[in-house]
Amino acid sequence: MDGGSAVSDESGNELESAVVRFAGDSGDGMQLTGTQFTQATAMARNDLATFPDFPAEIRAPAGTTFGVSAFQIHFGSRTIRTSGDAVDVLVAMNPAALKTNLGDLRKGGLIIVDTGSFSRRNLNKAGFEENPLEDGTLDGYRKLEVDMTRMTVEAVKPFGLGNKDAQRCKNMWALGLVDWLFGRDRTINEDWLKQKFARKPAIANANIAALNAGHAFGETADMAREFGSFVVPPADIKPGTYRALTGAEGVAMGLVAGARLAGLPLLFTGYPITPASALLHLLAPLKDYGVTTFQAEDEIAAVCAAIGGSYAGSLGVTSSSGPGIALKTEAIGLAIATELPLVVVNSQRGGPSTGLPTKTEQSDLYQAIYGRNADSPLAVVACHSPGDAYFAAIEACRLAVKYMTPVMFLTDGYISNAAEPWLIPDFEDHEPFPVTFRTDPEGYQVYARDPETMARAWVKPGTPGLLHRIGGIEKHHLTGDISYDADNHQEMTDNRLNKILGIANDIPAQAVDQGRAGGRVAVVGWGSTYGPISRAVSNKRAQGHDVSHIHIRHIRPMPPNLGDLLKSYDTVIVPEMNTGQLVTVLRAEYLVDAKPLNKVNGKPFRIVEIEDALKDWL
Amino acid sequence: MNVQTPANLSPKDYATDQEVRWCPGCGDYAILKAVQKAMADIGADPASTVFVSGIGCAARFPYYMETYGFHTIHGRAPSFATGIKLANPDLDVWVVGGDGDGLSIGGNHTLHAIRRNVDISYLLFNNEIYGLTKGQYSPTSRLGTRSPSTPHGSIDSPVDALSFALGVNARFVARGIDRRQDHLPGLLARAHAHKGCSFVEIIQNCIVYNDGVFEHFTEKEVKEDMQLEAEHGKPLIFGKDREKGLRLNRQTLELEVATLGEDGFGEDNVIVHDETNRTIGGALARMKPPDFPVAVGVLYCAPAEMSYERAVLAQNKAIADQAPTRGDMNTLLHRGSTWDVAA
Repeated sequence: MDGGSAVSDESGNELESAVVRFAGDSGDGMQLTGTQFTQATAMARNDLATFPDFPAEIRAPAGTTFGVSAFQIHFGSRTIRTSGDAVDVLVAMNPAALKTNLGDLRKGGLIIVDTGSFSRRNLNKAGFEENPLEDGTLDGYRKLEVDMTRMTVEAVKPFGLGNKDAQRCKNMWALGLVDWLFGRDRTINEDWLKQKFARKPAIANANIAALNAGHAFGETADMAREFGSFVVPPADIKPGTYRALTGAEGVAMGLVAGARLAGLPLLFTGYPITPASALLHLLAPLKDYGVTTFQAEDEIAAVCAAIGGSYAGSLGVTSSSGPGIALKTEAIGLAIATELPLVVVNSQRGGPSTGLPTKTEQSDLYQAIYGRNADSPLAVVACHSPGDAYFAAIEACRLAVKYMTPVMFLTDGYISNAAEPWLIPDFEDHEPFPVTFRTDPEGYQVYARDPETMARAWVKPGTPGLLHRIGGIEKHHLTGDISYDADNHQEMTDNRLNKILGIANDIPAQAVDQGRAGGRVAVVGWGSTYGPISRAVSNKRAQGHDVSHIHIRHIRPMPPNLGDLLKSYDTVIVPEMNTGQLVTVLRAEYLVDAKPLNKVNGKPFRIVEIEDALKDWL
Repeated sequence: MNVQTPANLSPKDYATDQEVRWCPGCGDYAILKAVQKAMADIGADPASTVFVSGIGCAARFPYYMETYGFHTIHGRAPSFATGIKLANPDLDVWVVGGDGDGLSIGGNHTLHAIRRNVDISYLLFNNEIYGLTKGQYSPTSRLGTRSPSTPHGSIDSPVDALSFALGVNARFVARGIDRRQDHLPGLLARAHAHKGCSFVEIIQNCIVYNDGVFEHFTEKEVKEDMQLEAEHGKPLIFGKDREKGLRLNRQTLELEVATLGEDGFGEDNVIVHDETNRTIGGALARMKPPDFPVAVGVLYCAPAEMSYERAVLAQNKAIADQAPTRGDMNTLLHRGSTWDVAA
């Protein structure tokens, strides 16, 4: 099972799954190392999930604990749903990396350290008074001490690099060793190095030499007997073409796909903010896909420009994180009042205020549903994984254009940065939802509604014969003229609400992800808690417990069957990375006695945390 | 609704059937009239014209124009306009707002719309007061302005709209006056013709909360002495008898007013307005009574090669044209390293 008991065999036999973390200084290239190990692991047909953990500081001083950058990968021969609870193999490239990551290593786990970096100076920088390799700090773990720095410099000697450049190859030495440890084919790493340094063959060859030297060290050194190499057999993976996908990539491609399926150009507007900026960076180059990006002067200008874009016939999308979404709020209200399509992506992070920009949280659910002045309903869609983000973003676009409404799309820092192998869909399989702009002047009224969707017609300025004015002042429910009439305001308020509630008839019924409808316990989640809930529930079910997993994508409106479904369980437990938001929504909406399970320490739930909580109810 | 064509429309064809709800005697009526006249003079196509406004008295403007109109939120009209132009650069977009809307809550957006050079015509109605909220002092109110929020007189310095615009690299700045129906429509036509952001300050009297604050240069008896109509290529002469002119004080590098025929000051010594000259434009924008007349007309006009949205779309097109993907979605989905898992 997941949860720290994965690597059970230390003699070199098969493992069901393993968690490896590469940790080093920001300058040590740990993200690249991790990504390359991920590639080799994917080629070995393991299922996997990864998560990077990099410092908030742009250029933290070398050797310090706050300059440590880490990359974790969880891989196995069965379905992998999280980036792993506890680390089985920790590669620590310096004392600071050891210090900040040791706590996550399971007892008996393997530490690989570069002793070449354990100088007195680096020990001081990391805050070690004694050398942890010598003072018993590592008792209870297995440790492999190698002077990677020296061995790397020796291995790359023939290529005539300066000492600094030579030392920079040591991440590839570490990669070679870990490739060997898990029986990975390092050809893909070699190919990547050749491609990356195509114009600097000496650097490419030096890195390949370091990679090979690390691998050779594993093969030839005596360590094999002592530590064993691990075998993680291939998983039963659905055939097809795969790629690694981060959540940010999933959202970006989903938005492009959504606009394409709607037949519209995409106007994506943003203002730099962590962790949402990744979307702007990913979309800015996609000019060949009909994408226009606009880096606005502030969050407000970004959302206003997106609404302006929708008004003029593009699909306007804006993106931010909680504090930026707060700034956009008034304009979102205008999009609600003028009934224009808009997708607002919130890459949630820890808060309130600036909070924890690089840490994950899902505490903007209230903000998404309720966070505006007045009765101002909109649709809310949440994705639960990098791959799901693609499909959920398409769904957000569909709802926005079909119902002429803003849609709040919730993702979070964890999903954005996490990566997983993704079975690439065929775009031709997606159902298009082409937009028809109204061009017929006959009988046009600004707020006349489609009888089925309650959406008003979308008219592009530039269309002859359909001149009209819209705005934030309350409008007559048909003509669109300014109206301060009491009954009209009641009617328009009802219309705005009923239009959003009506979306419930156009979304899939709530499915049970694992387990059955009815029974003892349902664990109900949304967003990035999907992985840990899913694994915790499957572990408990494997032990024979009656527990089911329900994961909600459509937060507002919710699927029409959800209330009855929840009422069919004795107990409903709602794990969230906030102090209890979905749980109160469910309680208010359905009068079910849902129980909260909350965590807000900037890290995703560990599987074991959910399993422990379930013990009380099973 | 009938389909309109731009040919031969009269000013009243640009008026909606909506009841105009400004206070009787408000300067906005005169501006509305001038804009409708300018539209007819230009031959503007109502269907491809969009008026965008923020919040305030002036922001009601779009409801009275028989074109497309978007009454948005306070201060943000330039941002909406930017999005509209990025989505459809062929639309004629006018932004209308007051001094509070454009220079206080929306100052940031005004700044960026101007310096980006989005192809919009920005009409800033400056009445030096908050009208819709019942008379508080505004960012353009003169020192000492008494208002409900400054009962003992305002103590913060006002912003000069045109100096601000020039300071953020405006390429077209002009000033007009609500009462000058003889002058304003032509000025608006110039603003419309400019490719890029044209910024027009329109002096507007608020009859209820700030009545008469511009009288010292707008009243009939004084206007010729206190207004200077700047025209490109013509000497900067003003006065009832066109007896006064502007010259450069070489000691202070500032403008000064001199009387023609006195102390050897002749017409040849008068500065000739060159609207492509930023220094002259800036100096004219800064002139204030009582020592100077108020400059009206196009004070500065130097179009850029391309407006912002045209440059964005040109870059988009250039990149897209040379991209081998041809926008194929499956190519995008397969970008980066992929691997096949066999059955």
